[in-house]
Amino acid sequence: MTLPSLTIDAVREGLLSRRFSARELAAEALRFAEAENPKTSAYLRFSPERALAAAECVDRRIARGEDPGPLAGVPLAVKDVIVTKGVVTTCGSKLLARYVPPYDATAVERVEAAGGVILGKTNCDEFAMGSSTENSAFGPTRNPVALDRVPGGSSGGSAAVVAQGTAVVALGSDTGGSVRQPASFCGVVGVTPTYGRVSRYGLTAFASSLDHIGPFARTVKDAATLLGVIAGRDPMDATSAEAPVPDYAALLDGNVKGLKLGLPLEYLKGLKGETADLLAGAVESLKSLGCQVRDISLPTTDYAIACYYVIATAEASSNLARYDGVRYTSRPAVESFADLYRETRGEGFGAECKRRIMLGTYVLSAGYYDAYYLKAQKVRALIARDFARAFEEVDAIIAPVSPFPAFRLGEKVDDPVAMYLSDIYTITGSLAGIPCMSVPCGSTTEGLPVGMQILTRHFDETTMFRLAHAFEASRA
Amino acid sequence: MKLTEKEVRYVADLANLALTDAEVGKLHADLDGILEHFDKLNEVDTSDVEPMAQVLFSAGGTSTLREDRPRQPLDNQTALANAPQPGAGYFKVPKVIER
Repeated sequence: MTLPSLTIDAVREGLLSRRFSARELAAEALRFAEAENPKTSAYLRFSPERALAAAECVDRRIARGEDPGPLAGVPLAVKDVIVTKGVVTTCGSKLLARYVPPYDATAVERVEAAGGVILGKTNCDEFAMGSSTENSAFGPTRNPVALDRVPGGSSGGSAAVVAQGTAVVALGSDTGGSVRQPASFCGVVGVTPTYGRVSRYGLTAFASSLDHIGPFARTVKDAATLLGVIAGRDPMDATSAEAPVPDYAALLDGNVKGLKLGLPLEYLKGLKGETADLLAGAVESLKSLGCQVRDISLPTTDYAIACYYVIATAEASSNLARYDGVRYTSRPAVESFADLYRETRGEGFGAECKRRIMLGTYVLSAGYYDAYYLKAQKVRALIARDFARAFEEVDAIIAPVSPFPAFRLGEKVDDPVAMYLSDIYTITGSLAGIPCMSVPCGSTTEGLPVGMQILTRHFDETTMFRLAHAFEASRA
Repeated sequence: MKLTEKEVRYVADLANLALTDAEVGKLHADLDGILEHFDKLNEVDTSDVEPMAQVLFSAGGTSTLREDRPRQPLDNQTALANAPQPGAGYFKVPKVIER
């Protein structure tokens, strides 16, 4: 069993044919991941006790002749903004360096109930704020494809472990592109489902109206299987949807001939270089599969960055108010009650979190609320309307993920506006709350992966996966 | 300039964020650049648009609340386990009211 080439199906087949036990696989996966991790620092820590206990539970189910679950024995990783009972969860922040959650996120519970084996927690930008994983208080993660480059962010660690082969699949979170962009940078599949498709219970809140948990995998099928496990209504998250969850993995093989695909003119006009060439090549592949491709327009695209950064920072400034040094954060030595809040937060938060808290507080402050926050919510409605209109004409939208492939560590840290602007292709789908994913569509001459984005109607992950699966097969 | 240094310090107070002078200077420049970009929003005519406060406001069933049933809460010890300064079953903080 070689971890880097394992799939969910291969693990299942190995277990059921008794070639290896779940415990043997977990022990080997932990050994391999711990040995390989220093190259990338993608894992922040491992959870061997929990992993081995979960694996033994799978072995017992198999011994009793029970179905061991759709993720039976699958070694996987979880982004460190998703809480795990008894396993330190830092959110990439110094403030939570020693935080041990007293409960599991719903997605974590569901993954383990399905037989999944959590090897450890992965690095990310502090409180998921960033596009490179360089904003982690615990140091950056390196891209396994090119070690001098970033893995993207904020779920850089989860993308990296899947690309590096130190996990079969991983959970990440996406607020404005934090699953899709690192998936593109690392050459793996990354999915942001419909808003409400997956419970956010236990996902540390950044911007509640934009936060999603989503899967990373090396194949479309594995991503579909993992989403199927974590999706569905959860009473603990009032925004989680009642809509039934289709068997995504079983619906992958449908025909894509005649599917109508839209290419947004506004996205392509600024796209340059090899990223543009690779996307054009991908569109040709889709045409040869029998898809009908046409140009579409999403006229409010130009306003999406401003809209997103008003809403996301406003929500963040409110959500991050809870880190006050009283209940679960570290606390510096202070004399007065007023200093307790100010000093805890001043010492604890990194530069990007402070920037966003300040921005969000400013746009919500007296006299500015209407001009910024309310205005942004109205523009958001127009962005969502753009997509709704486009989906009257097409079944799916094809788009870039990032304007450029993985950049070098340190290359962009000093220019926050440039970093924000690079989120343009991913934040529009986030604002509309529609499902979107990144699927690898080739590499540059330097060998850097580039992803293609697929976006579909609310709750139509099935079409998205089917198209991605056909595309993946056409490139194999 | 979109905002003054004094405003930066005022917003930091609202956010309960202690900042060094160097941080105030850097944030002043950063916020100014970002707020300048935010002005783009004024180009959009939103006169007849309802603000999007809910993501799937028209899709049924997303705002359902769970049944209000009593459940066992976290026990005292578990709730205090991560506290920087627990004491006598409570979260301790510096004295709030001086007598």
